[in-house]
Amino acid sequence: MGMTITTILDYDFMRNAFLATLIVGIVAGAVGYFLVLRGETFAGHALAHVGFPGATGAALIGLSPIAGLSLFTVLAGIGIGVLGSKANRDVAIGIVLTLSLGLGLLFLHFYTAYASQATNVLFGNVLGISVQTLWVLAALGIVSLVALGLIARPLLFASLQPELAEARGVPLGRVSTLFMVVVALSTVDAMQIVGVLLVFALMVAPAATAMRITRRVSTGVIASIVLAVAIAWISLVLAYLTDWPTSFWITALGGLGYFAVSLPAWFGARRPT
Amino acid sequence: MSLAYGGRPVLSDVSFAVPQGKFVGILGPNGAGKTTLLRAVLGLVQPAAGRIDVLGQAPRRGSPAIGYMPQVRRLPADIALSGFDLVTGAAGGHRWGWPMASRTERDAAAHALEQVGATDLARRPINELSGGERQRILIAEALLGDPKLLLLDEPLISLDAGNQRAIIELVHRIGEERGIAVLFCSHELNPLLHAVDEVLYLGGGHAAIGPVDEVITAETLTKLYGSPITVLRANGRIFVLADDVEIEGDAHSHGHNGHDHHDHP
Repeated sequence: MGMTITTILDYDFMRNAFLATLIVGIVAGAVGYFLVLRGETFAGHALAHVGFPGATGAALIGLSPIAGLSLFTVLAGIGIGVLGSKANRDVAIGIVLTLSLGLGLLFLHFYTAYASQATNVLFGNVLGISVQTLWVLAALGIVSLVALGLIARPLLFASLQPELAEARGVPLGRVSTLFMVVVALSTVDAMQIVGVLLVFALMVAPAATAMRITRRVSTGVIASIVLAVAIAWISLVLAYLTDWPTSFWITALGGLGYFAVSLPAWFGARRPT
Repeated sequence: MSLAYGGRPVLSDVSFAVPQGKFVGILGPNGAGKTTLLRAVLGLVQPAAGRIDVLGQAPRRGSPAIGYMPQVRRLPADIALSGFDLVTGAAGGHRWGWPMASRTERDAAAHALEQVGATDLARRPINELSGGERQRILIAEALLGDPKLLLLDEPLISLDAGNQRAIIELVHRIGEERGIAVLFCSHELNPLLHAVDEVLYLGGGHAAIGPVDEVITAETLTKLYGSPITVLRANGRIFVLADDVEIEGDAHSHGHNGHDHHDHP
């Protein structure tokens, strides 16, 4: 294995891939923990999809896809945040999600030259990450983490006990919207690795696994980050060894980890509720 | 004062004063407006008409002078946060920043937990506590910041008779020791009968306040609802009936407002 790793790291694109997944793993792991805690994973999933027409639309008018991605997802994040926890929010999000994929398809129809890139946008292309993209990932990641750090305290309170938090003066709407913007920025990060369709694999699977094996929020966030990075790195090695897509391995390991820690709870002695 | 919930009027032309230091049971069937009333006192909903004075001023959101315990809700199932961490989080949860508890917040949490006798309890994960144990933790949260008024929303929900008594005694003692008024919501009136100084009965969009014997009578409640109400007293318990259907009491304890709780099998 040691030999393999040194060989792998001889390649520039592999070094970039390891660095990119490190950045994204940290961001997705931390933000994902709060996303799972709040039960808003579907919103995170949808935000990523909105990035698809963002990327293809930006390419169509000659802009950088990552700028289009960021703009669309952040706007969608604000939209979801403003919708709040309305009863029909999931339906609205689901419709916007479908509409986004449809729009993305339409943009591709007009700009066929970009079609070859479509698979990368949808499923990610971690082995094609340039040094320049690394800097963008790092900048987005730092903004996400700093913003998360600033809102984490009221966010946690509002997530666990919304009525009490509201009564004690936490602005629920503002906190929720700010968090959705943070989620939007970190999905843009995660999309570079696993694409818009598989963002769940990095944002949700490690966080949900971490929540099952930890008790405290602090250890949960750390476990989530470690799992996300570990899953991504092992996937890179496996992809190198098997020549199968990295994104496949990330989804496979993420799913495996989650089901492995969940099985005892599902089939074993039920925890008292 | 009039209150509306989701555009639907809940209470109209209601007027009452809560005497300082009194233990007041807010009673009435589900949907009578108990929670909305508490939220109005907290400054979270504005009266559709009229005015509310709380401790000598207009209600202000986030006022530390009011301690609040919302109705129990399910916590995320996968998080085994300790009671102490939960209360500490509530102590400083309104500040921005990373949730690293300060010394002051930890002390405040420990002090509040001590007052409800939950210091040991609070070391255990909150999702492994029984209903009565969890209520104590939530009451401790309401005591943070040394409030001058306590608002408790359905603390008796899903508790057995023994735990109901224990919670009522605890709240009663806290109110007396601190000389603060307690507003205690319940859709069941019998557990509270002997503990409360006064009851505020909500029903039919109106309210009546006073001692139990003056308010829970056929005459007062008939006037409140605008339709015939029978009040039966048996074995020290009171049953409020409209058209021979009990509108108050145990019959409601299994179907309250869709606020899901988990102590029933």
